[in-house]
Amino acid sequence: MDISGVDLVKAASFVGAGIAMGLGAIGPGIGEGFVGGKACEAIGRNPDEAGLLTRTMLVAQAVSESTGIYSLVVALLLLFVV
Amino acid sequence: MLFDVVSMVKAGQFVGAGICMGFGAIGAAYGEGLVGGFANCAVGRRAEQAGPYTRNMLIGQAVAETSGIFALMVAVLLVFGDFSGNGVCAWASSIAAGICMGLGAIGSGVGAGYPALDALTGSARQPALGSSMTTTMLIGQAVCQTPAIFALVISFMLMFKNCAGIAAWPYNAALLGAGLAMGIGAIGSGWGGGMAGGAACEGIARQPQMKSSLTTVMLVGQAVAQTPAIFALLVAIMLISIGPTEGTILTSAALLGAGISIGFGAIGSGMGNGVNAAGACQAISRETSTSKDMMTFMLVGQAVGQTPVIFALVISLMLMFVNFSLPGTIVGFCALMGAAISMGVAAIGSGYGNGVTGSSACLAVAIKPSGRSAIMTLMLVAQAVAQTPAIFGLLVAFILMFGNYSGPATLPAAMALIAAGFSMGFGGIGPGIGNGITGAAACEAVGVQPDERGLIMRTMLVAQAVAQSTAIYALVIAFVLIFVV
Repeated sequence: MDISGVDLVKAASFVGAGIAMGLGAIGPGIGEGFVGGKACEAIGRNPDEAGLLTRTMLVAQAVSESTGIYSLVVALLLLFVV
Repeated sequence: MLFDVVSMVKAGQFVGAGICMGFGAIGAAYGEGLVGGFANCAVGRRAEQAGPYTRNMLIGQAVAETSGIFALMVAVLLVFGDFSGNGVCAWASSIAAGICMGLGAIGSGVGAGYPALDALTGSARQPALGSSMTTTMLIGQAVCQTPAIFALVISFMLMFKNCAGIAAWPYNAALLGAGLAMGIGAIGSGWGGGMAGGAACEGIARQPQMKSSLTTVMLVGQAVAQTPAIFALLVAIMLISIGPTEGTILTSAALLGAGISIGFGAIGSGMGNGVNAAGACQAISRETSTSKDMMTFMLVGQAVGQTPVIFALVISLMLMFVNFSLPGTIVGFCALMGAAISMGVAAIGSGYGNGVTGSSACLAVAIKPSGRSAIMTLMLVAQAVAQTPAIFGLLVAFILMFGNYSGPATLPAAMALIAAGFSMGFGGIGPGIGNGITGAAACEAVGVQPDERGLIMRTMLVAQAVAQSTAIYALVIAFVLIFVV
């Protein structure tokens, strides 16, 4: 199989996209789960503040989502832009 | 560049020996370090007992050493043996034997540390108990040696397999697949089984009168946690004994993939089942009246936690027995490898996450025994949601295995398929674990406040949905790689 330079670069960008999104998804998944768990615990202790706790939870999860979104952006860049 | 068989086999043996002893040294040393550390804590608390504690430490460490010694044995055989008489495949079988025993020793080595450290901590807390925990410690440690023994058996089968007269490929792939299946597949069961043993020893220190009930729950829990390793053993034996001796590049990919899928897929469920059993033992020692129905509770959680490894087993068996109508090029090869990685690796998170939820559900029952049915419902809902990443992995694996790849067989086309497997496989780990942690805390919260179960379940589902988002990104990237680029 003849492999041209263009093909090699393209193949590398695909592999890079897969690795970026795959490994990049590990952290946010665990982190958001941890936040959600603590929110459930807190609501269990103080059900009256459920609204406030859910809001806090979602803000915290949104922040921990950020690195997942960076991974998604880099993967999409590798796939479609470069 | 062609080499003679003797040199190739020798090279394979040496690489295998290095892999074997390198990986094989991790687990035992870590487990022994844990034991030693906690022995120091125990001696610090009761300096007058330094003699007996040191003795118990050495006994515990000696058992944890077992898997390291297995690895040493296989490595020495690989260094000094001469397997070139077994034919051209012997280089692959030597490397596979090294991978199998090296990786297979990790879980059992670490796992054997937990019962010993909890027995030491327990005897420092309850000096009156004396050595009554030693029996449970030794039983717990012995059971979590099982996966390492499986790995030893498979590495012997590999080293002494006579493949004279068999063409190198695809049988080489069957041998390497067998090594990967058993080596990686032993990690979770050994580690998880150890955690269960540790929790049982801790429980006996708290509630000595519950010894028999704790030992029973520990043994049943450990036995279930062994299932994933047994699946891996089964696949490894099938690959060695009925692996096809002729075929194309696709056959090679399928055989290698069969090992990868079940090997990785067994990690999460093995560990998760062990964590679940540990939670059941802790629950019994906190609230002794729960000992009657804790076994049922644990088994339900463990059964659901088995789902991801069963998905992985299905993909392994399909790879071994289905005739795929894929192009016999690098594209077909990468499609099957991608399928195996997607399924096997994505199952890690779901399997472990399910175990964490199941474990906390057991503890929640100990907090509020009357809330049993509400906790069970919540546990099952949380576990079902935590299954999502494994289902995504299964979906991508099916799409890859049965796709239609009519385009030219270029390197980018092939790499896109294997990258789709990477994306979905690794991308599934975090959300699976995260969903499990959320579910765990929700179960405990219901244990504290059963009246608020509706509110807690709603919050849990919102949180799990958010934690799912990165798995969805990974799925989208996998789809883009398969269908768009």
